[in-house]
Amino acid sequence: MATTTKIALIGNPNCGKSSLFNHLTGLNQKIGNFPGVTVDKKMGQCILVEPVNAEIIDLPGTYSLYPKSQDEKVVLDLLLQKNESNYPDAIVVVVDASNLNRNLLLFTQLKELEIPLILALNMLDIAENHGIKINIELLKKELCVPIIGINARSGAGTDRLKAAMLNTTSKSTSVAYFEKLPLQHDVVNKIKSEFKLNNDYQALLYAHHFASLSFLTADEKSKIENWVVETNFNSLSFQAKETVGRYEIINQQLKNAVVNNQNIKIKDRFSSKIDKILTHSFGGYVIFFALLFIIFQAVFAWASVPMEWIDLGVSKLNSFIVSILPASPLVDLLTQGLISGLGGILIFIPQIAILFAFISLLEESGYMARVMFIMDKLMRKFGLNGKSVVPLISGVACAVPAIMATRNIDNLKERLITLFVTPLMSCSARIPVFTVLIALLVPSKPILGIFNLQGMALMSLYFLGFLAAIGSAKVLQLILKSKEKSYFIMELPDYKIPRWKNVGYTILEKVKAFVLEAGKIIIAISVILWVLASYGPSNAVEKAIEKAKTQAISTHLNTAETENLIAAYKLEASYAGHFGKFIEPSIKPLGFDWKIGIALITSFAAREVFIGTMSTIYSIGADNEDEKTIIQRMRAEKNPETNAITYTPALAASLIIFYLFAMQCMSTLAVVYRETKSWKWPVIQFVYMTGLAYVSSFLVYNLLK
Amino acid sequence: MGEKGIVKRFDDEELSLKLLEMGCLPGYEIELIGTAPLGDPICVSVYGYKLAIRLKEANTVWVV
Repeated sequence: MATTTKIALIGNPNCGKSSLFNHLTGLNQKIGNFPGVTVDKKMGQCILVEPVNAEIIDLPGTYSLYPKSQDEKVVLDLLLQKNESNYPDAIVVVVDASNLNRNLLLFTQLKELEIPLILALNMLDIAENHGIKINIELLKKELCVPIIGINARSGAGTDRLKAAMLNTTSKSTSVAYFEKLPLQHDVVNKIKSEFKLNNDYQALLYAHHFASLSFLTADEKSKIENWVVETNFNSLSFQAKETVGRYEIINQQLKNAVVNNQNIKIKDRFSSKIDKILTHSFGGYVIFFALLFIIFQAVFAWASVPMEWIDLGVSKLNSFIVSILPASPLVDLLTQGLISGLGGILIFIPQIAILFAFISLLEESGYMARVMFIMDKLMRKFGLNGKSVVPLISGVACAVPAIMATRNIDNLKERLITLFVTPLMSCSARIPVFTVLIALLVPSKPILGIFNLQGMALMSLYFLGFLAAIGSAKVLQLILKSKEKSYFIMELPDYKIPRWKNVGYTILEKVKAFVLEAGKIIIAISVILWVLASYGPSNAVEKAIEKAKTQAISTHLNTAETENLIAAYKLEASYAGHFGKFIEPSIKPLGFDWKIGIALITSFAAREVFIGTMSTIYSIGADNEDEKTIIQRMRAEKNPETNAITYTPALAASLIIFYLFAMQCMSTLAVVYRETKSWKWPVIQFVYMTGLAYVSSFLVYNLLK
Repeated sequence: MGEKGIVKRFDDEELSLKLLEMGCLPGYEIELIGTAPLGDPICVSVYGYKLAIRLKEANTVWVV
């Protein structure tokens, strides 16, 4: 196979890099992982000129090669590994022309690495509006690099950029900056000879970042550490010297090429006028919470229609397969295990898509940065960061993409707290469970004419989940010790009209990530649970079937009723049933019996499986997921010994609280493991959340009993 | 609001690296152009763009 040229896109955040990536690759994008790190790698094919293809790699935005967050570390890590399969043959440095000096800092660092560069000069129109005139020809000479003016929004200039990509790949650029900077140090030479590097700057970067470089062994790291100590290499002051030195050179180089007649002061720009409203001391919050309300409304109201289609489609497909294939355990595995599991994933897609459409719109427009800005002080009180807002909001749809959204939080402690508490936000898998249980507890009564009592109950559960999340964050803030300083230093980009295409790509990306991350686990667990619920020790299941049949004949049940009864007896006799009985003593204090025990266990695939399990246990038929039937059946359930109603308000409340707090999601645990690279956090999270659920349910049950 | 000054020096070396990188350089003008609703963080203009920064961090920057 011919190796295609690999071209990396690198630039500051908000420089228009992602728009350019979307223009270059269109729908030919895929997301992979960089080895050893959790950050997504976005790649896509781009036809430079028929038939020459290039592989474009979109790297996370960064201000320099001195990374702070998980996202930014990827860039440095990749660029220091010449043998890595993703190592680019050339780099397109995307810069915001309206903020050229600051954007060029990263460029001058990349220039040292002897990878061919192309400078894509974006947002020239905005620069011109601000009174900045750039002489591109002169700039090319000063910076010794091919420069292409582009407009990442409209796509103008991408053809010329593609042509430039074809040409530069063979040329190498000379080192231009390092020698002019006061960066010579003994440690550089030592690292250079040890690792056989022929580049001083690369060696210097090793000296700065060795501790976090993924490709160095522990031995190599300690070796570098010794040299750093031996030679008195002061990483902080060297970095400061480098940054200041580079800015000096940049300013010199831009002196003639750029004429800056800033006609409008920043505070008089249109963006600043919008800021006056959106970050207003009172109006700012009103607007934000109104927006949140609209978003939640949309997520629940709009998504319900496609969710019903998916639900209907899956059960239609199942009954179709059952009708054409002869009954066998394999068919059961396919329909009840695999396809039902798949349905359990697909059902969440509408809500995730709608939520991320909004989040992406807010991010694209520049408003999300303002949300972080106005929420930072509030969030900080709870050990969180302004940037924690996005994961917490996303958690209302699904914790899996929400936890992945914590990567741009620079401070490790704040990031950990955020990903720890995010699963306490009520995700969409809890809604069906809440709907059924609230119906048992609260009458459907209108209050004040417009609100429904059950709706209010659901709202208050969301609020309770949020309180639990920030309360837990506060506790963690006090427990976790961190030497790392927490800071919030963030660019507030100018407002822009969002590009629909970018929003579309983001939705696609998030849905894909969810299906791949959560999907495989949900399917696996569904299959395991199916096995546990279908088979039992020795011939217990067969015996149960016989017993059900005898009982059905003696009580004159029809075929459907008989089958439902058989299913109920089968489940009781299965491993899942045994397990439910096994844990019964431990959940008794919460008011739960073994039947609920089974439902708690099956909820590990996804919480909404609760409904299906309940239908099976009460022999309504698992296909019959009509909530009204289940609610009626649960209401009628009586304790066989005392003949008292099983689902008392106390039990319903206790069960609601349990589902609100308990960690019942394997996908979330798996994602937390992936993001933190250890089992420590998932385990603590599981114990904490389940413990919180247990204690709260216990209190609620015994107070209401 | 509207207060401005020239960046002189930094108290916190670690933090200063992030600020330098963001273009908050000694000898350059910095101007307060807004505050978040609760008075913190604040928004300043440096190097031709807007930067949001917590008061605590802003306090490590000496301005004349």
